[in-house]
This record gives sequence, C-alpha cells and structure tokens, in this order.
Amino acid sequence: MDSQAIATQPQVHDAHAEHAHEPHLRHHFETVEQQREASSFGMWLFLLTEIMFFGGLFTAYLIYRNWYYPAFVAGSHQLSIFLGTLNTAVLICSSFTMAMGVHASELRKRKELVGWLVATFVLGCVFLGVKAVEYHEKWEKHHVPGLNFSVQDFTHPSAQYKEEPPLPMDMAQKTQVYFSLYFAMTGMHALHMIIGVSILLALIAQAWAGKYTTGHMTTIENFGLYWHFVDIVWIFLFPLLYLISRHQ
Amino acid sequence: MSTHVKNEVLDTEPTHHASHIVSPKVYGVIFGALLVGTALTVAASYANFGIFNPIVALGIACTKAVLVILFFMHVKYSSRLTKLTVAAGFFTFLVLITMSLTDYISRAWGLW
Repeated sequence: MDSQAIATQPQVHDAHAEHAHEPHLRHHFETVEQQREASSFGMWLFLLTEIMFFGGLFTAYLIYRNWYYPAFVAGSHQLSIFLGTLNTAVLICSSFTMAMGVHASELRKRKELVGWLVATFVLGCVFLGVKAVEYHEKWEKHHVPGLNFSVQDFTHPSAQYKEEPPLPMDMAQKTQVYFSLYFAMTGMHALHMIIGVSILLALIAQAWAGKYTTGHMTTIENFGLYWHFVDIVWIFLFPLLYLISRHQ
Repeated sequence: MSTHVKNEVLDTEPTHHASHIVSPKVYGVIFGALLVGTALTVAASYANFGIFNPIVALGIACTKAVLVILFFMHVKYSSRLTKLTVAAGFFTFLVLITMSLTDYISRAWGLW
C-alpha cells in the first residue's frame, strides 16, 4: 500500500509538466487562443458599458443643444479650433503608436514594444498638457460654471468676437449648460486618459522586463483596445464641441 | 491525448481567435486616413452647409471611428463572437439614443 502511494506521488506532481503548455496559460482554459478570445471578449463587454456611459453624455449634449441652441453656438465659439485639431492629431498619432506596440508584442520584439509604448505615453501626456492649457484659458475667461463664471462675454461680446450677436440675459446664462457639458465630457475623457497613461507606466516597466514578448500579449492587446476606445470618444467630442456650430 | 481532440473541436468553434498579424503597412494607411479625415472635418466646419454641417461632421467622425474599430482594434480580423458583441453594443446604443430622442420630439407634438 505504502509503496504504491509513493509510486503515484511523482505522477501527481508531474501533472503540471505532463501537458506541456505555455506558462501564461491559465488552467481553466483549453488553449492559448481560447484564453485570448475570452479576455478580449471580456474587454469588449467592458468597453460596451463605456459606450453607454459616454453615450448618456452625448445624448444630454444633443438634447440641450436643441433646447438652448443660441447659447450652445455662442459657447462653442469660445473654444480654440487650433488646440482642438492639434489634440485630435496627437491622439490619432498615439493610437497609431499603440497599434504598432501591439504589433511589436506579436512579433516578440521587446525594445520596439517599449519604444512604441513610451511614444504612446508621451503623446498621451502631450494631449493632457494641451487640455490643461485649454482649461486654464477657460478659467481666465470666467467660463467655468459654478466656480468662476461670468455672462459678460455673451451679453457684451468683445471686439474679438465682433460678428457674435449679444445674447439676452436668460440665454446668456444658459451657456453654463454648454460649459458644464463641455467640462463633464472632456473631463471624463481626460480622466480616462489619466488612467490610461498611469497603466501605460506600469506596462512600460513590465514590457522592459520582457513580460509581453514571450507570447503572452493579451494585456497589451486589451490595453490597446482601451486606448483606441478613448481615441474614438475624442473623435466624436471634437466635432460636436468645437466644430459644428461655426456658422450659426 | 483527450485534450488534443478537444482542441481540434475548439478550433472549429466560432469563438476561435485566429492569430492574424496585421502588417504595419495597414496601420500606416489607416493612420494616414484618420489624419486626412481630421483635416477634412476641420475644413468642412469652415464651409457653410447650413443644417448639414453637423451631419457632415458626424459622418466623417463615424467613418474615422469605424476605421479605428476595424483595423486598430482588430475587429475585422476577430472571431464572429467579437464581431457580434461589438455590433450588438452599438446597436443597443443606437436604440437607446433613438428612443430617447423619439420621446423628446413627440412629447409636445403639435404644441410648438
């Protein structure tokens, strides 16, 4: 009896080594592909909840824009198209570098992967920097509802906005709705960017250590999905907030 | 041995993730198209299309978003499960927006 027990012991121990598999394959998955599929499915489900979240904000924007149309037009004229365009380009570049990062991870090129991730990180920070400049400008112009707001620019448009018709007081007050939604939408987007660049820092360190260039790349892939999603949100925010009211 | 057979069954399932490596050339082309789209949408905002300005802007934005989703996010090369998930998400989102706006537009019907 005893000898039999001892004989079977090594077999139990070897169960791990017997079906030789890659170290990053979890035991509850059959294959690496299945694991990869499951994690990308889960990531997409998360992103769908994010679509609903931002979708609520977009719907609110749509309805209030119809409601207080002159206020939204006047409010949007205060944004800088140059800075908005610059930030859109920066974010698209960062999406490209992220896609190239995933590609480098697929090809198992460690230094390339780190390079692309660092580029993505830098571009993400540039975006946040430009956003900070814009927020600062809003503060200086007293366009921050609740904290630092004045209807002056809308009841008595300055010489800089000569073609701007002055708004009656009640409609001028409603520009606060525009700026509230502006800060809510770009702020939530910026929060996603801040979370993104923070995760990127950790990923860069792990990628440098070679964690994502040995065949295990679902983390990089899923982070890429998140990053591209944040890019897509901005692709819609930019025209809706900055561009569509130029001629009204 | 039994695991081997199981894997073969899995391979035929619609959840199979074909490990398709997208070439950098594709990424480059999409990157260029996105930048062109950005330039287009800014240029279009300076032209006066009347009520069509927002429609043109949203059309360009949707095209850009589809490019990002299909190529940068690999949906074009993903399993049918992933494609269905993404499509179902956007469909649900459109249903929610459409119903909200339908309610909004019809609630005071004839009173404006």
